[in-house]
Amino acid sequence: MNSQKIAEKPKSKNLIEGATGDWEVIIGLEVHAQVASNSKLFSGSSTGFGAPPNSHVSLVDAAMPGMLPVINRECVAQAIRTGLGLKAQINNKSVFDRKNYFYPDLPQGYQISQYKQPIVGEGAVEISVDGETLTVGVERLHLEQDAGKSLHDQHPDYSYVDLNRSGVALMEIVSKPDLRSSKQAQAYVTKLRSILRYLGTSDGDMDKGNLRADVNVSVRKPGDKLGTRCEIKNVNSIRFIGQAIEYEARRQIDIIEDGGKIDQETRLFDAVKGETRSMRSKEEAHDYRYFPDPDLLPLEFSSEYVEELKSKLPELPDEKRARFIKSFGLSAYDADVLVAERASADYFEKVAEGRDGKVAANWVINELFGRLNKETKAIEDSPVSAAQLGSIVDLIGSNAISGKIAKDLFEIVWTEGGDPADIVEKRGMKQVTDTGAIEKAVDAIITANPDKVEQVKAKPSMLGWFVGQVMKSTGGKANPAAVNDILKAKLGI
Amino acid sequence: MQVDEATVRRIARLARIKISDAEAKGLETELSGILDWVKQLDEVDTANVEPMTRVAAQTLKMRDDVVTDGEIADQVTANAPLAEDNFFVVPKVVE
Repeated sequence: MNSQKIAEKPKSKNLIEGATGDWEVIIGLEVHAQVASNSKLFSGSSTGFGAPPNSHVSLVDAAMPGMLPVINRECVAQAIRTGLGLKAQINNKSVFDRKNYFYPDLPQGYQISQYKQPIVGEGAVEISVDGETLTVGVERLHLEQDAGKSLHDQHPDYSYVDLNRSGVALMEIVSKPDLRSSKQAQAYVTKLRSILRYLGTSDGDMDKGNLRADVNVSVRKPGDKLGTRCEIKNVNSIRFIGQAIEYEARRQIDIIEDGGKIDQETRLFDAVKGETRSMRSKEEAHDYRYFPDPDLLPLEFSSEYVEELKSKLPELPDEKRARFIKSFGLSAYDADVLVAERASADYFEKVAEGRDGKVAANWVINELFGRLNKETKAIEDSPVSAAQLGSIVDLIGSNAISGKIAKDLFEIVWTEGGDPADIVEKRGMKQVTDTGAIEKAVDAIITANPDKVEQVKAKPSMLGWFVGQVMKSTGGKANPAAVNDILKAKLGI
Repeated sequence: MQVDEATVRRIARLARIKISDAEAKGLETELSGILDWVKQLDEVDTANVEPMTRVAAQTLKMRDDVVTDGEIADQVTANAPLAEDNFFVVPKVVE
């Protein structure tokens, strides 16, 4: 490719610097998400994870002769729900095709997939990166079967094949090539995963391989036509997606700038080395010879059925975010953090209900999430329930305890449990608002420190020292505002 | 339509069928003949005809999402040329 001169190009932070000028990276993603279902797409065996080898396998999944596929109604519903969540076109008629290739973990010799007529058409996902909002186009979503799993490390000369995953339903969600940086790609996958989890259509568990992405990367000089792309297969973490894109874009730029050209090929990401490398040579490029599966009639359903599913959809992250900002007065940032996971959002909402939303958000994000992260606990396993945290927020709101004492109280509830109001009562943690008691403490400090009293009159910022002393002598229980007022009055400043 | 030897070999390779040189020559003629025979269908104008997917008025049968099958690892692997601990064992395949 010639390095074309582009006179005045817009400065964009997404461009990558090369020896011959700036480059733009074009990214499209094919995300494979395991459909949340009890049984497989075309057979009645279990989708359970971690079972003994070949236990969740029926004669259909093992492709024994004469076995016929019968589709799982719920998997169809899940695909429609996901399409609705992606604000996509739902196709009332779609077709299953056979994608033919040979591999030991694919006993049928073909994967049942959807090719020309997928169940879901064009949609969109909104992402925000560095405060910028971006709409990423979805090209399509189709249903297909997962393959089995080959283990290569069990024997020097043989591979071991487990078909437990064989036939499990997957949704392949294909984005348009709208992404321009690894950060955007990561934000897209994060958002997509969040939507799937809200919908309950996939658990999105990347550790179990239930969500993985094929990443298409190409580079070009801004304004040029699209370059040749490489596909990085099966990247299974959001961090790796970022690393794979960074590495691949740089690799392609270096090749082109050295006068070479990019071969369209499939590559894999080596997480240990942090690099991508070629998987299949060009001459072995696959010819899948798709054709409609003669064992399956077209998949058809009515618009009424789609409407019925639509009416039962839960509130999705974007809507929830807007509502949190509007009804609880949260900042966009806090709302983003809280809605990322449905469980976090639900927790927050219980704490915030009938209370100050901002204070509730502060406690959930700073204290609770901070503490959960420190102990790598999920919100579902939080030792402090939403009701308990709500009660702590109440105690702050009614001035029963100070913010500082509240943190101690949180710690006690975290480690020991119990009713926060009870704990405050029994352990004498109540804030002293009785001005008589505070005055007494103030008088004692003033009498004991005549030199400091002289200094503060010249330098009012010394007041902080007095406040600190009073708080100390009252065990942190004095109301800080009251202490301030009384000190000012007594010191005459 | 004429199918050449390269095409025959590519199709055979995709289908994992081993063919000798003599067989390849014969298959060129055979496949070309089959394609020519099927090509007669092009004479029918199907511009406004939906592809036929069923003979009787039937719709795709669906099942409920319940586990009704599986847990028969011994049966599943019974015919495997090689198996161990209920795994299928195959010649090493690493990309």
